[in-house]
Amino acid sequence: MNCIVCVTSVPDTASVIKIGPDGKKIDEGGIKWILSPFDEYALEAALQLTEAKGGEVTAVTYGPARAEAALRDCLARGAHQAVHVAGGEATLGDSFTIATVLAKAFAGRSYDLVLCGVKGVGTDCSQVGQMLAELLAIPHVANVTKLEVGDGSLTAGRDVEGGQERVECPLPALITCQKGLNEPRYAALKGIMAAKKKPVEKVEVASLGVTEGADPFYVVRSLELPPPASEGTIIKGEDDPAGAAAQLVNLLRSEAKAI
Amino acid sequence: MAGILVFIEQRNSDIRKASLQALSQARRLAGGEVAAVLVGSGVAGAAPGLGAYGAAKAYVADDPNLALYSAEGYAEAVAKAAAATSPEAILFAGTAMGRDLAPRVAAKLGVGALADVVSLERDGDRLVARRPVYSGKAFATVDAGGHTPQVVTLRPNVFAAEETGGVAEVVTLDGLALAIRAVVKELVDTGGGEIDVAEADIIVSGGRGLKGPENFALIRSLAEALGGAVGASRAAVDAGWIAHKHQVGQTGKVVSPSLYIAAGISGAIQHLAGMSSSKVIVAINKDPDAPIFKIADYGIVGDLFAVIPPMVEEVKKLAG
Ligand SMILES: Cc1cc2nc3c(=O)[nH]c(=O)nc-3n(C[C@H](O)[C@H](O)[C@H](O)COP(=O)(O)OP(=O)(O)OC[C@H]3O[C@@H](n4cnc5c(N)ncnc54)[C@H](O)[C@@H]3O)c2cc1C
Ligand SMILES: Nc1ncnc2c1ncn2[C@@H]1O[C@H](COP(=O)(O)O)[C@@H](O)[C@H]1O
Repeated sequence: MNCIVCVTSVPDTASVIKIGPDGKKIDEGGIKWILSPFDEYALEAALQLTEAKGGEVTAVTYGPARAEAALRDCLARGAHQAVHVAGGEATLGDSFTIATVLAKAFAGRSYDLVLCGVKGVGTDCSQVGQMLAELLAIPHVANVTKLEVGDGSLTAGRDVEGGQERVECPLPALITCQKGLNEPRYAALKGIMAAKKKPVEKVEVASLGVTEGADPFYVVRSLELPPPASEGTIIKGEDDPAGAAAQLVNLLRSEAKAI
Repeated sequence: MAGILVFIEQRNSDIRKASLQALSQARRLAGGEVAAVLVGSGVAGAAPGLGAYGAAKAYVADDPNLALYSAEGYAEAVAKAAAATSPEAILFAGTAMGRDLAPRVAAKLGVGALADVVSLERDGDRLVARRPVYSGKAFATVDAGGHTPQVVTLRPNVFAAEETGGVAEVVTLDGLALAIRAVVKELVDTGGGEIDVAEADIIVSGGRGLKGPENFALIRSLAEALGGAVGASRAAVDAGWIAHKHQVGQTGKVVSPSLYIAAGISGAIQHLAGMSSSKVIVAINKDPDAPIFKIADYGIVGDLFAVIPPMVEEVKKLAG
């Protein structure tokens, strides 16, 4: 059971976002970079599978130098191998180019299951997994919250509005992992120390035949902070909650026309 | 000029409201003809009516193997409709299905896709999209780099559906190979008859301020009086007070109802990520400095246990 886990390094979700001088990217000063939270579910699922069935977990990222920390985090939690495709600054948010790079980086590697997060926090696209599956010509199941892997096939539960689909799928396949699938483990100190000694395989994106920025599928024209919220009508309701409730319902009906 | 193709989602032949919103947006933008593609089993009867929302043609893939959703099967049908129409863009509603299908279709056609778009305008032969990034802490204005078709998923409930009248000409898509490997065996209803938050027009959400699971009854009574759905913060979900399907936010659902009421929710950035594009936001919180008040259109500073019961009564008075 060999698993490839695709991981991405993203700003800590508590980060304050500032716009950079070019007006197209964020100002990276002061940002703490972490493994994208949904990728933790993907890694955990892969670790549990290989622990139960043998085989290896390979973590792959396509990103700038700082993305290596995300790979070290994966190694510390138990991934066997790590591959770093260096680059990715010009293709941030360009899901199709990212999927193309990953698909090329997979050439010659054997896998039964490819695992992604449901969404890369930050670019918030939720697309790379499905695109990668199409490029690898394998089936996929997205938004997985339940997973059982048998001999040559898997059964997955996937959340949709008001329900859950039960999907059966032959291997090799790709899944995108959602909260609820498992409880990701933390890296123990021993793992962190051992990870420092494990090698990270480096791949130059140019060696995969991709020239970054030459043919983009996602062009950022501008990046802006949200417009400041206009002052709301806030009613003091500590002394007369019933009166405040009546006033609010009245405003929602007559002013906001929301009810 | 090339037209726009819109993927139409249905469940038991009921057309999703979000798909009609996408169809209307296509009509507003199209330089050429608007076409719809409807996929399922026994769904053809719903196709002509798509004309009322602007579709001149409705391509229909009707096959028992498409009764339940399949990314591979549905992508094949949409790609076939795209081959027939050579559209400049393909629009999808950003539902669970649309968000899954659009990237698979795009990759099949060798192009990228713009996800979770909240505004879509024309600039010459390119569509320009605005989409929230960094959990709504910033907005990016983007385009598809000149590639066609431009594949776009629209956030539900942000674009208006407009009925303009008309009947679509139905075109049958046949000869589909339907090489489906990932097969949906069943769709289990986990909703228990409740409206899903992702679909609701009104949502009343509760957080840690509720103090315990039993107090969700209070949230439910207000939601019922308003004909809305029950949402929750992650703190309430993680405490085991309510199921994860109710969670709104970065690791829950992204919603844009006409009215979002947050009671006993502080308004952490990850919660705001899921609801800040709601049209009217109401906060009920006893802490006047709670961040939720910064984005609220209306609010009450007070004890939710004292405020919600009279609110329910007032709403019932309006209805009665
Ligand atoms: C990676 C990541 C992802 C996350 N994803 C999500 C997500 O998807 N959704 C989400 O919601 N959170 C998410 N969170 C968690 C988020 O950071 C907050 O912890 C969470 O939203 C807090 O929930 P809360 O507002 O219910 O609780 P609290 O922050 O504890 O707020 C409770 C509020 O209730 C008020 N209150 C208490 N008693 C009363 C009363 N009697 N009457 C009125 N008001 C009262 C208090 O003043 C307070 O403002 C995520 C966090 C991380 C790190
Ligand atoms: N640059 C990248 N390198 C490796 N995996 C990625 C990269 N970008 C996205 N992914 C994977 O695709 C998932 C979805 O990302 P996205 O489509 O950007 O929301 C992530 O959770 C990762 O598993």
